[in-house]
Amino acid sequence: MTISARTVDARQIKNTLARWFISAGGVSVLFTLVLIFMYLVYVVKPVFESATIEPVASIPVTITSKALAVGVDEQKQVAFHITDDGNINFYQAQTNEHHQANELLLTQTLLADGEVIKEVFATNINQYIILLTNGSVRVIQPTFKVSFVVDERTVTPTIFYPLGEDAIYLDEDEAVIEQFSFAMNEERAVFVALTKDQRLIKTSLIAEDDFNFDSEFSAEYQTIATDYSAISHLAITPDLLMAVIVKENDVSIFDLGDEWDVALYAEFNPLYNTSTNITSMALLSGSSSILFGTSDGKVLQWFEVAGENSRKYQQIRSFNASDTESITKIYPETFRKSFYAVTPNGDVGVYYTTSEAMLWQGKLLASDQQLFAIAPRANGLVISSDRLEVLDVENEHPEVTWSAIWQEVWYEGYPEPAYIWQSTSGSDDFESKFSLMPISFGTLKAALYAMLFAVPIAISAAIYTAYFMPAAMRKTVKPTIELMEALPTVILGFLAGLWLAPLLEAYLPAVFLLIILLPVTTCLTAFAWFNTPKAIKLMLPESFAPLILLPFLILAGYLSFELSPLLEDVFFGGDMRQYITNDLGINFDQRNALVVGIAMGFAVIPTIFSMTEDAIFSVPKHLTSGSLALGATQWQTLVKVVLLTASPGIFSAVMMGLGRAVGETMIVLMATGNTPVIDWSIFQGMRTLSANIAVEMPESEVGSSHYRILFLAAFVLFVFTFIFNTLAEFVRQRLREKYSSL
Amino acid sequence: MNNLNKWFKSGSPWVWLSAGGVTLSLISVVGLLLLIASNGLSYFWPSQLHQFEMVDVDGKHSTVIGEIYDVETIPAEQVIHTGIDVKGAEFVERYLIKTGNRELVNLDFRWIVAPLIQQQTQPQDLVVIERRTNGNFYGFIEQVFMDGKAVELSKLDNFMARVDNLQDEIFELQKTDIGAINYELERIRLKTRKAEINGELTPELIASFDAQTQQLKDEYLALETNLNKLREEVQRDKIIVRAMGGEKIEINLEQVIHVSFNNKLNIIEKTTMFFSQIGNFIFAEPREANTEGGVFPAIFGTVLMVLLMTVIVAPMGVVAAIYLHEYAGNNAFTKLLRIAVINLAGVPSIVYGVFGLGFFVYMVGGSLDQIFYPESLPSPTFGSPGVLWSALTLAILTLPVVIVSTEEGLARIPASMRHGSLALGATKAETLWRIILPIASPAIMTGIILAIARAAGEVAPLMLVGVVKMAPTLPLDGNFPFLHLERKFMHLGFHIYDVGFQSPNVEAARPLVYATALLLVTIIVALNMTAVSIRNRLREKYRSLEH
Repeated sequence: MTISARTVDARQIKNTLARWFISAGGVSVLFTLVLIFMYLVYVVKPVFESATIEPVASIPVTITSKALAVGVDEQKQVAFHITDDGNINFYQAQTNEHHQANELLLTQTLLADGEVIKEVFATNINQYIILLTNGSVRVIQPTFKVSFVVDERTVTPTIFYPLGEDAIYLDEDEAVIEQFSFAMNEERAVFVALTKDQRLIKTSLIAEDDFNFDSEFSAEYQTIATDYSAISHLAITPDLLMAVIVKENDVSIFDLGDEWDVALYAEFNPLYNTSTNITSMALLSGSSSILFGTSDGKVLQWFEVAGENSRKYQQIRSFNASDTESITKIYPETFRKSFYAVTPNGDVGVYYTTSEAMLWQGKLLASDQQLFAIAPRANGLVISSDRLEVLDVENEHPEVTWSAIWQEVWYEGYPEPAYIWQSTSGSDDFESKFSLMPISFGTLKAALYAMLFAVPIAISAAIYTAYFMPAAMRKTVKPTIELMEALPTVILGFLAGLWLAPLLEAYLPAVFLLIILLPVTTCLTAFAWFNTPKAIKLMLPESFAPLILLPFLILAGYLSFELSPLLEDVFFGGDMRQYITNDLGINFDQRNALVVGIAMGFAVIPTIFSMTEDAIFSVPKHLTSGSLALGATQWQTLVKVVLLTASPGIFSAVMMGLGRAVGETMIVLMATGNTPVIDWSIFQGMRTLSANIAVEMPESEVGSSHYRILFLAAFVLFVFTFIFNTLAEFVRQRLREKYSSL
Repeated sequence: MNNLNKWFKSGSPWVWLSAGGVTLSLISVVGLLLLIASNGLSYFWPSQLHQFEMVDVDGKHSTVIGEIYDVETIPAEQVIHTGIDVKGAEFVERYLIKTGNRELVNLDFRWIVAPLIQQQTQPQDLVVIERRTNGNFYGFIEQVFMDGKAVELSKLDNFMARVDNLQDEIFELQKTDIGAINYELERIRLKTRKAEINGELTPELIASFDAQTQQLKDEYLALETNLNKLREEVQRDKIIVRAMGGEKIEINLEQVIHVSFNNKLNIIEKTTMFFSQIGNFIFAEPREANTEGGVFPAIFGTVLMVLLMTVIVAPMGVVAAIYLHEYAGNNAFTKLLRIAVINLAGVPSIVYGVFGLGFFVYMVGGSLDQIFYPESLPSPTFGSPGVLWSALTLAILTLPVVIVSTEEGLARIPASMRHGSLALGATKAETLWRIILPIASPAIMTGIILAIARAAGEVAPLMLVGVVKMAPTLPLDGNFPFLHLERKFMHLGFHIYDVGFQSPNVEAARPLVYATALLLVTIIVALNMTAVSIRNRLREKYRSLEH
């Protein structure tokens, strides 16, 4: 091979490499856009997935006696059960460095000599109350110490007795207990029980210090009712304020808040027709909602609603959990508003109340008698058969469904269903409310007011610049207006928030005066010019109209502001703001839609102006010449020929402007109060999707529902603008083809 | 009437109305720029200091000293009910006075109503003292003390110069020398942890690390003694000042940045001070939660981030534009690509911020931390917002700007040039490299300048991917590896938002915000004008080539 051939070869290789490299670079643009799209989808997707339940461990249990309660630790490493001979046994669920799977970690008896278990009651905060046949109880709380040995987590079980190791008689007279319910916090433990001699009693144990550290307490006994029988369901709210009792389909709610007197607070019957029965009852997390399972397979959610003048229990929603069977067991989750509904033959449905979501359905149990418990973090289940089955539950975002985001939702404590965005609050048992409606509404409202302001000015300016203005003038005017596009929006926002908002508040009538005065001044100036002698007209041709108008419009603006206090005095009793709030009853925010409309209008004027101007300017000259030759006036030609031809271009300009207004962040962030309300009023603020992201994103926990919803908000914005931009670009390409064929 | 009718029929009113649109747009652009400029520049101009003798409605006398900040005309009704005699006027004036002296009164500002003013003077010996804490002080200097001994007032200038020098030395010592030692100590800690993770932590290694640590600590102690000495030195002199209420206050010169008798200054001195104030604003560090002092770290952060972004976006954008113009055929895929470019330009900037936070920071950054920086986990290195991620995010955001501008440049190059080169036997790559790119370079420059202008003003995405209100260290310093891409940074645009909307005393900070806005607008308008003029010159050039 000769040297020159090799050089040619090398050049060819270089050429090919360059081709590949540049093609890759070109395609990377598309790749970037697709990557953004896919990544947003990837983050958002998990919130709309329904739950999955999968077995992870099955522990053979050696003890033959019957299990009365089951449970599992937070890490799902250790499962345990309490048997009717009074033992609690802990088993390792998964193999790790220190323990084999199925290994019996600890076994301990929970009974003293001679005691016999009658029943074990499990609360959903991992407490187990062992009721003995003699009417006394012992409360136990399995606790798990987590330690790290060489980066491996080990869980060691122990038993904690929050109320002491001695059994406590529930009744002052040590009567035998038929039925009871229990709830406690660190200061107080409350039992409501039905004794064998048909007394309904309440027993409070008041801690001397704190039950977490010291089990010393003093007891208080009260009788709520005598001759009470046939209770079918009984529960105490975790805040220890209410006891709910179901008796022959009638629900009674007792107020436990008063130390001396347990009063009947409310009574109702939650059933519609008399042929059905209440077959189960449970309290939803958060102490407000009561769930009733019925014999016709429904689960009803009730809570107290503030009415006109009183509070009243009301059915909020119902879930069709089974078509054929009754709902005999309901297991609520500890921290979330989810519950598991069980039918007699073991079908289980998983629901989330607020979002009305059915998350999972299937046969999980052999029958409703099978013991079943939800793991403390609601990410697992444990079921007792002849083995201990541990299952994984993948159910991260039950509160988010498409309908909960876009439709009205009836939240606990609200008088009616509503669109609410409220992602965080100070209190712990707060339920996040993720309705994208108010902020999407805010986005559209802000964009609409901005367009109302920008479109007339931008399009009229573009018409004049493209069609009437002499070329020399156009050369300076166009870049000047386009310069506005380069202004950082943070500066527009800052001026809107700190300069314009107070100014408009002080000179509110001036704004409305300006809307009238500016066009009127323009017309008057025009007419005056029309009537001036020819000599002057020659010196100042009509093509200088914008310059002629300049002093007059500035004067009109000055006059409006000067007259503003006078107008306020004459028409609005000295203060227009007061007048709007007091006489018209309209809320007035200082940073309102008017301010946003003007500020964001400024931001989109150059976009619309520039594209409209291009569209009008590039209308082929022979069209206009033809029209003018046929005797049409300039204006007629403009309206009938030029604007008509350019109308797709103007449309796409408006679309682009709208896209920009929808996505604008800093202006709305700084020029509105950022309150997520749905209200068209021009004097009220709003919160937009983009501002919402900017405000809340830095504080949201990675991977949480909140984080993903904010990504969804970004995705919605992306889709909004994608539609506007693609439509605009499509129309523009069509127009370009049309022009070239003309 | 006939006249009016004719006029109306000619369509002239509509033409004039559309002309009104142009006028309105021009008024708003120019007005906006003037508003920012006048408010921003007046921040630097030394204003007159006023002394007002006031008598309130109960006949009590008082004195108010300060700068006039704002004047408002309000309806007299608003003040009549407080018992003020307006002498029958319908409107009264009121002044917003900046009174400073934050240690004496809580509010920096107070409104005074004109009818209550008995006398308004501008005493020559009234002084404004700019301080490191507690804001400005307005009052009269009573006495100057050197090391506890009273000396005459004229010595003050010498003392101030001495304090300035000492303060500079202290600053240097703290930021550079002690900062470097702290940085080294942290690096040794991380090295130890890394060796521990890799199981390579031998006793010799520990000993060597310990020795290094000890050496650094000794150095630190030496520097600290030095520092303490300097601090003592700087506290030597003090002044006694009298405030408007007659209170006498002792101010140590260590606290004082600048003493100015504004009322004594003539126009030349005022101009000198005006420019020196601008210089201070640009080159000094911010003070008092950013509401006073300069904006140097914000300028530095903006420039560095934008430069990084340019390095990323320029090749990407140019290559993509070359592909679109020189390689891509006229087919559906090219159309798709063009729609992608348009969409990249139209996607709201906050969406890029969200993407940058999720993808770059948490996904890419998180993975980098796992692989390269396990020793500092769980505290993130690249897994938290920083200057690199900001630059990358803004690079994607400004990519379409570079593409569109470069492509326009490529489109203006006559086809004959390409043909000539190819006919002489050059390959396509050679034609590109030797002929096309050099000719298109002004267009590429235009694109890059426009991208820089866009990036310099963009704030929303940066709030998510790396900007902070107060960065303790700059992303570029004297410690190896000098450029710290993982650090957070300050940004002029965010500075405006933060100081204007998040600071505790918005009223006091407002002039500074205007000044910052003016700076930012000046930079961006200048960049844009440069870009536009390059582009126009280019267009002229090729217009002549075409014929």
